Parts: sequence; C-alpha cells; structure tokens
Amino acid sequence: MGRRQAGIEWMSNAAFAYRLRWKRRRLLYRALRKRRQLAPVADRTDRIAPDAILGAMTVRNEMLRLPFFLDHHRRLGVGHFLVVDNGSDDGTRAYLAAQPDVSLWSTTQSYKLSRFGMDWLTWLMIRHAHGHWCLTLDADEIFIYPHHDTRPLPALTEWLEARGRRSFGALMLDMYPKGRVQDHPYKPGDDPFRHLCWFDGGNYTIRKKPDLHNLWIQGGPRARCFFADRPRRAPTMGKVPLVKWNRRFVYVSSTHSLLPRRLNRVYDESGGEALSGVLLHTKFLDVVVEKSAEEKQRREHFANSALYETYYDSLIGNPDLWCAHSTRYLGWRQLEAMGLMSRGGWV
Amino acid sequence: MSVGIIMLVHTAFDRAEQVARHWSAAGCPLVIHADKSVPPKTYKAFVNALSDLPDVRFSARHRCEWGTWGLVAATQSAAQLMLDEFEDVRHVYLASGSCLPLRPVQELIDYLAERPQTDFIESATTADVPWTIGGLDHERFTLRFPFSWRKHRYLFDRAVAFQRAIGYRRRIPNGLVPHMGSQWWCLTRQTLSAILSDPDRKVYDDYFKQVWIPDESYFQTLARQYSLQIESRSLTLSKFDYQGKPHIFYDDHLQLLRRSDCFVARKIWPFANRLYDAFLTDSAGAMKRTEPNPGKIDRIFAKAVERRTRGRPGLYMQSRFPVEGRENGLTCAQYSVFEGFSDLFENFEAWLARVTGTRVHGHLFAPERAEFSDGQTVMNGALSDSAALRDYNPRAFLTSLIWNTRGERQCFQMGPRDEIKDIEWDIAKDSNAQISVITGAWAVPLFKSNRNFADLRQEAARLQQIESQHLNVLRSPWAKARIRIWTMAEFIEAPMEPLQTIIDEIGQQNMRGLAEVPRMADLSGFGQFLQNLKNQGMHPYLMGDFPVAHGPHDTPQNKPKPYLVQ
Repeated sequence: MGRRQAGIEWMSNAAFAYRLRWKRRRLLYRALRKRRQLAPVADRTDRIAPDAILGAMTVRNEMLRLPFFLDHHRRLGVGHFLVVDNGSDDGTRAYLAAQPDVSLWSTTQSYKLSRFGMDWLTWLMIRHAHGHWCLTLDADEIFIYPHHDTRPLPALTEWLEARGRRSFGALMLDMYPKGRVQDHPYKPGDDPFRHLCWFDGGNYTIRKKPDLHNLWIQGGPRARCFFADRPRRAPTMGKVPLVKWNRRFVYVSSTHSLLPRRLNRVYDESGGEALSGVLLHTKFLDVVVEKSAEEKQRREHFANSALYETYYDSLIGNPDLWCAHSTRYLGWRQLEAMGLMSRGGWV
Repeated sequence: MSVGIIMLVHTAFDRAEQVARHWSAAGCPLVIHADKSVPPKTYKAFVNALSDLPDVRFSARHRCEWGTWGLVAATQSAAQLMLDEFEDVRHVYLASGSCLPLRPVQELIDYLAERPQTDFIESATTADVPWTIGGLDHERFTLRFPFSWRKHRYLFDRAVAFQRAIGYRRRIPNGLVPHMGSQWWCLTRQTLSAILSDPDRKVYDDYFKQVWIPDESYFQTLARQYSLQIESRSLTLSKFDYQGKPHIFYDDHLQLLRRSDCFVARKIWPFANRLYDAFLTDSAGAMKRTEPNPGKIDRIFAKAVERRTRGRPGLYMQSRFPVEGRENGLTCAQYSVFEGFSDLFENFEAWLARVTGTRVHGHLFAPERAEFSDGQTVMNGALSDSAALRDYNPRAFLTSLIWNTRGERQCFQMGPRDEIKDIEWDIAKDSNAQISVITGAWAVPLFKSNRNFADLRQEAARLQQIESQHLNVLRSPWAKARIRIWTMAEFIEAPMEPLQTIIDEIGQQNMRGLAEVPRMADLSGFGQFLQNLKNQGMHPYLMGDFPVAHGPHDTPQNKPKPYLVQ
C-alpha cells in the first residue's frame, strides 16, 4: 500500500514538473514575441566582459533614484546594466543612454502586459546574460548582503558557485522615514537612507508555496498599515534577485520566483541558515505620494488593480509609517544580528 | 640551508607571481607547477613574467582535478625537481598560488632551522578524524573510485554502493596504515627523498591512484614510514566549511589572520588587495618568535559551521525555513502561558509582572486584538496587534514575538475564548513553553457577568467544549511543553503552592518566597452558579468538585486569606 502510494506521488510529481516545464517554455516564447517591442537606444553589450556580473531592470521616470542606484551597484561590482525604459519623460532615458556601462532599450508598450517588464527582461537576458551572474532589480531596490562593504559581488558569487548554488535569496525591506513621507525632500544622488532609515524588524510571515517551492514572505510596514484587515493581499517581500543565468531560465512573477523551480530553493530546510541578503526598498521617498496618484490612474502595477485602490489612496494620503517599535537602520551587521539576513557559513 | 617552496598554481597568476617574488626575495628557491589545463598563452606569459628570478623552476605539468591523483603526481614531480636542483634545501614547503605568507619569510626559515629533523604534516588515522565528507573515511582506502565525484556524482555513488553490496575490498599494500590530513605540508629533504625514491614506490603509486582524494593521504601516510619526527599539524592555516570546501580570506580578515600567528594562510581571495598589500610589504616588522596558533581563531569558524548547519533556533527568514520537526526549537526562548489565572485572580497580570519582572501580556490570541502588555498596539519588531494579521499566521506571530523580545521573558494569558485552535498544538509541542492551566476558571467571568442565564448556559457549554479539546492536546503524547493542570477546585484549595512552583520555574528574582499574593475574585455564590447550570441541563465538570454548599447570600467565609509562603 505504502509503496503504491509512493508510486502515485512520484507520478503526480513528475506530471506536475512536466507542466511547469511547459509553463517555462510558454514564458520564454512570450518573451521571444515581445522582443519586437524593444527599440535599442544604446547597445553597448559588446563591452560586457565574459565574467561580468550584470544588472537588469525596467524603469519608468526614475531620474530621482537612478544616480544613487547605479552608484551603489557599481561599487558592489555590477559590470554592466541591461535596462528597459518604459516611456519615461523625466530625462531618465537620456541619462541612462549617457552611462558607459548601461545598455538601454526603450518601449512604450504596456508594463502590465509585459508581466511587469519581465517579458522584456527575459528576452534581454536570453540574449546577453547567459552564463553570467545577473542581478534583476527595480530602481527602488538597493541590494545588500553580509560583508557587502568589504567584499564585492564577485566574492559572493564565487563563494556561492563553489558551493553549488546558482541563486541567492533576499528579503525586501521597506524603508521609511519618521513622520509623513512628504516631509523629507530628496535630491538625486543623496543617500536615500538618511531619511528612510526606519524599518519593521520582526513582523514577517512565511509560507512555502507548494507549487514553485519558493517562500512567500509577507509583512513589513505596508502589511501593518495598509493590509491589516486583509493580510493575504499584503505585498510579497521575498525575492530571488541574483541568479547565475541560463537562457532557459525565466522569472515567473516579478523576481519572487523562477522556473526551473530548484532555483527557488535559496533557503535551508533542515534548520541551518543559508547565506542571504536584503533589498532595501526606497519606495517611500517623498515622490511616492505623487507617483501613487499616477499609478492609480495607469493601473499598470497589479494584475487586479481594483483590489489595490484603497492601498493607493492611503499612499496618496501622505502616510506616516513610523511606529514606536520601528527599528533604526544601522547597517548589514545589525540586519544580520536581527535575523533579517544571514551570513550562513560565510565567515 | 634554506627552505624550498613548491607552488601549485592554476589560476590568479598575477597573485601567484607576486607571492613567488616575495618568497624569492627572502632567498627561497621555488618550483612552480601550473595545471595542465591552463591555456598555453597564459602559462607562457606567467613563465616569462618570472624569468628574471634566479632560483625559480617550472616542473612537468599534470592535470589537477580536485580529489584525483593528478595533484599528487604534480607534487611528486615538483618535489623531485626541487631536491635535484637545489642541494641547499633542507625543508620543502608545499604551497598553492592562493597561499599568502602572513609572517616575514625569515621567521619561517628560522623556525624550521631550529627544527631541522621535524616534518610538519597533519597526519591522522581515519578513525581519528571528524572531517571526512560523503561518509567515506576508511572506505576511501578500500574501494575503487573510477568516476569523478564532482562531474559524475551519480555514477560515483552507484559505484560505491555496488562495491559495498558485493563486499569488495582492496588490499592495502605492505601493511600501510592509512593516514589523512591537510594537503599542505612541510617535509624535510630526508623524508621527502625517502618517499620519492622508495623501491616500492610504484606499488604505492598504483595503490593511491585508486584512492579517493589521494592528495590528503599519500604523503600523510608515507611520511609515517620514514619520518624521524612528525609534528602532526600544518604550518598553513586553512579552514574548511562543513561541506569540506575551503574558507576564503578577504580584506576584512586582516586582523583575524594577524592574530593567528600562522606562517602561511590559504585561500586568499585574489582581489583582496588589502591583504596582499599588508602581508607582502611590511615584512620589516619586528621578528616574533611566537608559535603559530590557529586555535585562536578556531572559535569563529566553529561558530560559522554551527550557524550554517543548525542556525538560530526560533528564527524563520528567507534563508532559514525548517520543515516541521527540524526547527531545533520552535521558538528561541522560554515563555509562560497562563490559562484561567486572570479569570480567577483580579490583578493577576500586574502581580505577575511585579513578582517576576517579566513582560506580561493579556490574551495574545483574543478575538478582538492581541492584548500586548500595557495596552500597546505594536510590540518589538513592529509586531501589530491586529487580530487579522495575527490569525493570518499565528505561528509566525508567536515565533516573531518570542524572537523579537530575546532577553526578556514573555508571559501571556490564554483561554477558551481566544483563537487557540491554530496555535494550541504549536505551543503544546514547544519545549520552550511553560503552560499552567486552571481548568474551568473561564466560568468565573460568566458568573460575574450580568447576562441572561440562557446565554450564559450556552456560552459555558461552548467554552467547556473548547477547553476540554484543548486539554486533550495538552495531554497528548506529542506535547513537549512543561504543562501543569489543576482543576479550579483543586487550585483554590491551596493556591500559593502552585503559584510558588510556577514562579520558581520562571526563576527570575524572588528566591525568598512570595511577599505578595494576587487577589482572588470573590467566589461566594459560585457554587450555586454551577448548580444552576447543572439544573439547566448543562454539566460543568472542568472546575472539579466545587463546594456547592453555601447559598447565594452567604458571606465569603472560606475565601482563602492572603498568606506568605516561607
């Protein structure tokens, strides 16, 4: 009996794995079709060194955040950025086109219909990221990991690779100011964490997704302030931003999960701690109020935008996310000690 | 007399060159072996770059794949060349391209000159070493390994399983006793030449070619045959993680490496500029005669293994999410759960906080909200009191609360009115929980309330059913918490004794007994209340045999007086 059951389970697992394989192929094909939506603005991909670590992102009107973003990730050791500009009109395009380590494509097609930019990036990564470690981010995500101040990204990727790891997980940490978000003006190039120096230290919930085996992490100030009445809808905070890319890989929803699903196993299930990082989320700069008003109109950011109207309304209302038990950001060692990331065995 | 350096190189040639120059500048002759898989162009450039150094030779090249004979063959030919070419050499030091001398080379030369007969080679029998990976210790000497562990893991495993199944065993030649140890050694000319010119060398070589990871056992075993004096330790500081992969040293390890007082360390990250600058330039530093002491930094690496394999109990995060049963502790610290106490005592929470100095919450799982201590709406870690957020994942709520308040013991109230269904098993199975239950005490608030008796009766039946199921959980064989259960009747008979026991177990201050007792609710008429429930057809039994004697208008005469427990 037990044997028969095991057999059935094996069969259904195999069948499911096969379905996922076709899902992956479908997503790849989708990216292939969407390639025509991209017009090259500055193609410098011939400058990509064979062992370069790549950055990939889709942006729209991010002139405010880009200088710090590029500076930070360059310093970490990203060698080249693959960027899709989705119809910016604030100078983002010209700024990026002028950067020597950025290859830029542009499109005015729908962000939502491109699976939130993922179809475009998938195509670019098929073309240019095969065999490279690739860091896929949004412009409001600042990637950090244990020892990032003394050990650049190549040190991290070498360590991972020597241990047979191809992907690296991170928690997205919403950073917010003390007081209303609009009270803290920000200029391009400034350190965003001078004001956005508070975060929620320990209110995260985790479930393992049975299908893709990724961890579904929720929590943080947005769950606390905007989704306390419907926690299921709270934003997903777990990501797998750093992957040694293969042209057959594909992100499924944003960078929360990937196919093949073994790439989602960035965690240890036997009690140990694997090495992991954090994405410091700079969403709550003063511009969030203005941008939310625009996004609410465009309806490009959620598959089911109607459900998020009140969320946008709260953001438009210039909220104060700070509470008496918010934690002030001091650096990666603090996050590591609090258990928001782990150095695993990386001494 | 001098020290000859054998350097095995396969990558980061600029660093290898830099280190070679450092050795050479101190008067050490070098023999360099470059992996055969290095492209000819790179190799040629490397040879050219070092052509200005006088005592540098390049030995015949072998392909060095991890865990294979190639590494030993490379070492053999390099060692032979060293012994043939440099007559002066008394000690031969085996190093790699990613090794970095931490102390002035002269200190190493002096150190070895004082110990002319000593071989420094880590060499232990298989029974004595804990570091083997893959479960193969003695078997690596008695089985054959035709497949690469790195490239063909499946075939490797199958081959091992097959040999085990048929009981295959190789004979170890000439009664050798296999020894293992770090592949980075420093041997005397005497010992090394004896190994290389042994008449039986072909027998040994043929044998070790089929041993798994021979570079950790060939010289380690054979040195035992000839050495006059073995110091079983490596002069090279190298650390391995739990998978047997070497730790890498980066710029931020500068102080750590200095503290070790070791002569050489590996592996150094090729881009660790600060390390190379620091250790390859300031060789004029004061001559120390201290012994190498890698033990000083061992603790750090031991802790890293612990962190990687066992993790921090009670922590759930993006890279630690243990399956059920592997948590190694559901929560990170001890906490206390009180059921019925705040019903029976009027000022229980304030009293408990005062007496124990712990953080005392109300009903954390109350239907309306999580009743944090002092009426707070958020707790440490910005944990919200929202019931919806809490009930979305009650286990995460509890583990987060305990994790966020590390260092401060948490106590909270629980009862059948709360949302306990999804959390009771977790708490019962958690060995960090101390659960104290007064069964039936939920009836006291009902008794005190001013509600219609029909409603009371219905509510009493509901609560009793919930609590009775809850007690089944607490009494199940899977429950790992420290659980104490009293019926209400039992408890009010002598309340101080159980209270004292619980408080003692929490063990914070208060060694001299309780100076102050909580105030018990006025229970006159409670017996009649229960009797009324019975008369209505409900059977309240969880309170125990409660005195029904006195009527509704009796004075509270047998109410226990507050007293001191000495």
